[in-house]
Amino acid sequence: MSDVLRKDPRTERILRNRLHPLHEALIARQVGETRGPTGLLRKNPHNKGYMGPNGLKRIDRSNASVGLLTSHKASSANQQVELPLHIVENPDFYIMVVADMVGGRLSAHDKDIVGLAHELIDGRNGAVALVCFGEMKESHFDTAGVDRLIHFDGQDVDGFAPELQIQKLLQVEQQYCPEFWLFPESIHGGTDLACRLSAKTGERAVSQVWSANRQEVISRGASASTDIHRKASRILVLLEECAQPIDETRHQVKVLTVSSQEFSEPSLIVDHGLMAVDPNAVPLSEAEFILSAGNGIEDWSVFHQTAQMLGATEGASRVAVDDGNMPRSRQVGASGTWVTARVYVAVGISGAIQHMQGIGQCDKVIAINTDVGCDMVKRADLAVIADSTELLQALNQLMVQYQQNAAQEEI
Amino acid sequence: MTNAQRSLECGKVLSLVAIGRHPQSGRPRRGDQDAKAVEMGLNLSAEEFSIIHAGNPDNPVLRHYAGMGVKKMVVLKQDQDDDALPVFLDYIAKHDPQIVFTGQRSESGESSGMLPYLLAEKLAWPMVSGVAEIVAIHDDEAQLLLALPRGQRRAVSVKMPFVASVSSAAKEARQSAFAVGLRAGIEEHDVANCLDQATTQWQVVPAKPRAKRMKVVKTKNAAERMKAATAKAQSSGGKVLLKESVDEKAQAVFDLLIEEKVIR
Repeated sequence: MSDVLRKDPRTERILRNRLHPLHEALIARQVGETRGPTGLLRKNPHNKGYMGPNGLKRIDRSNASVGLLTSHKASSANQQVELPLHIVENPDFYIMVVADMVGGRLSAHDKDIVGLAHELIDGRNGAVALVCFGEMKESHFDTAGVDRLIHFDGQDVDGFAPELQIQKLLQVEQQYCPEFWLFPESIHGGTDLACRLSAKTGERAVSQVWSANRQEVISRGASASTDIHRKASRILVLLEECAQPIDETRHQVKVLTVSSQEFSEPSLIVDHGLMAVDPNAVPLSEAEFILSAGNGIEDWSVFHQTAQMLGATEGASRVAVDDGNMPRSRQVGASGTWVTARVYVAVGISGAIQHMQGIGQCDKVIAINTDVGCDMVKRADLAVIADSTELLQALNQLMVQYQQNAAQEEI
Repeated sequence: MTNAQRSLECGKVLSLVAIGRHPQSGRPRRGDQDAKAVEMGLNLSAEEFSIIHAGNPDNPVLRHYAGMGVKKMVVLKQDQDDDALPVFLDYIAKHDPQIVFTGQRSESGESSGMLPYLLAEKLAWPMVSGVAEIVAIHDDEAQLLLALPRGQRRAVSVKMPFVASVSSAAKEARQSAFAVGLRAGIEEHDVANCLDQATTQWQVVPAKPRAKRMKVVKTKNAAERMKAATAKAQSSGGKVLLKESVDEKAQAVFDLLIEEKVIR
């Protein structure tokens, strides 16, 4: 749409009509007025005309076709609008948002909660501080509404370390004494941390909150069958879509420091890492990494082998299922499963609209296809135009190398 | 590892249960996670395994728990609005168990899921949330599998004694035998009443369905609203590899997979 030339008929009319009062001014604006060193008006003879569609210069003395002069691209749609910067200097209080940061990025749930934090500030001089642990890949904290950022990094807090993480939160509590602690009600660790903080501080947390203001909150109780209207607590654990995310302002994202203390207390819970699980035993709807096959697959044994090597859950498009190459339970899309994978690799899938609906919630989509113009390539974050069998075999080899290298490093 | 190799011997084990609520019919039932916690306790070779409930001893749902084949069931008599935390604390302090199981979140009442955390805090024990399986118990250390999102499992070891909340991903609870449940003896204990003061100020109403979020297009002109409503997905600015060799393309895909940490 941005490339469409828009004509301005009024300007054209004025340019044609030498008697129009605005004619002179408009011509001057189009061509530009230059004066020599003596103050004499200079006319640039080369400024005449315009480049025609075949690359030749056209001079039209009758001003009959001023189309190209007066037309302009309707580029407003694609213009990056610089959002106004929301500045908070010396805030009176903080609202801490402890984000899940699944995969190192803010989830939609996290953004909703930052939005709610701004609603709770409600025009007062306060700042929303985001607290996050471990790896961080997010680059759009500013547009998500983060005024201040507290990031705990390092081997010890990465992964599973609830006891250490809670010590860090207690430090933040001691140093900044925030007005509210907001946590996402999620299985990614938000609920767990909130409960731990609540137990440590003795502040009664309100969980499963879906509507909140500074005085009163509404929370779900009894497996979501009742609404409890109650006074707001300092620790709120919030459900998804509790507020609108921030989308009209930019924020400062200043880094807040927390004085570090060493903890000598031995940890009673020791993490031994993630277990290897059979990727195909994980339900397709909640699989993290899906390798999905469509009509473009010629060699199915290579596909299955690659999925096994990469540790990916197998998916399929409707065509692959109808042709009997994959079971019905593996179908992704409107009539199959709506998947939520973080990484979705579509091999030989052109992207029918029903299939695209099914992968609507996927973060990263990788398309492997022979057709550059297909919808899946347009949707993909990385599109590879290649023969599926060759590429899968190359991926297989890379994975073998990777495993060999990893094995050597261990020795 | 087979069952013969791994040791699941430990001292006393308690499981705290509550009255559940069927998600569709709303009838009282044995709680899903609570029943799974009882199942986990029954599979340990514990010195003594008992289940504790704070509430009305005449509730028929308790027979469903007892019907799972539990030898000892204790009910601490309480009213509905009473706080269960102090009476559980008293009981645990008296009986000195090694492991206390709970569900992650009760299916009735406030269902805040705070009880195991508060117990662990007051007892100064470690608390593990979302246990899927107990792999082995050696001396004073238990090896557990925690249920993570997306079907993943994390192996942790924890010092005994500890409080564990059992995840819905744990092994399915066994069926309850009706006659066994009827025959089971239920110990009733009288405990001091302690009303949960905060709950008296709450206003509890049936849940209101939440409005679905609308997709709002914030533009000033009609053309863009029309475009947002009708346009197909445009290129989202992804990278397209067209002319590179197959190896380079595969490398690019592989690098992205590594960067996203989906390859282990």
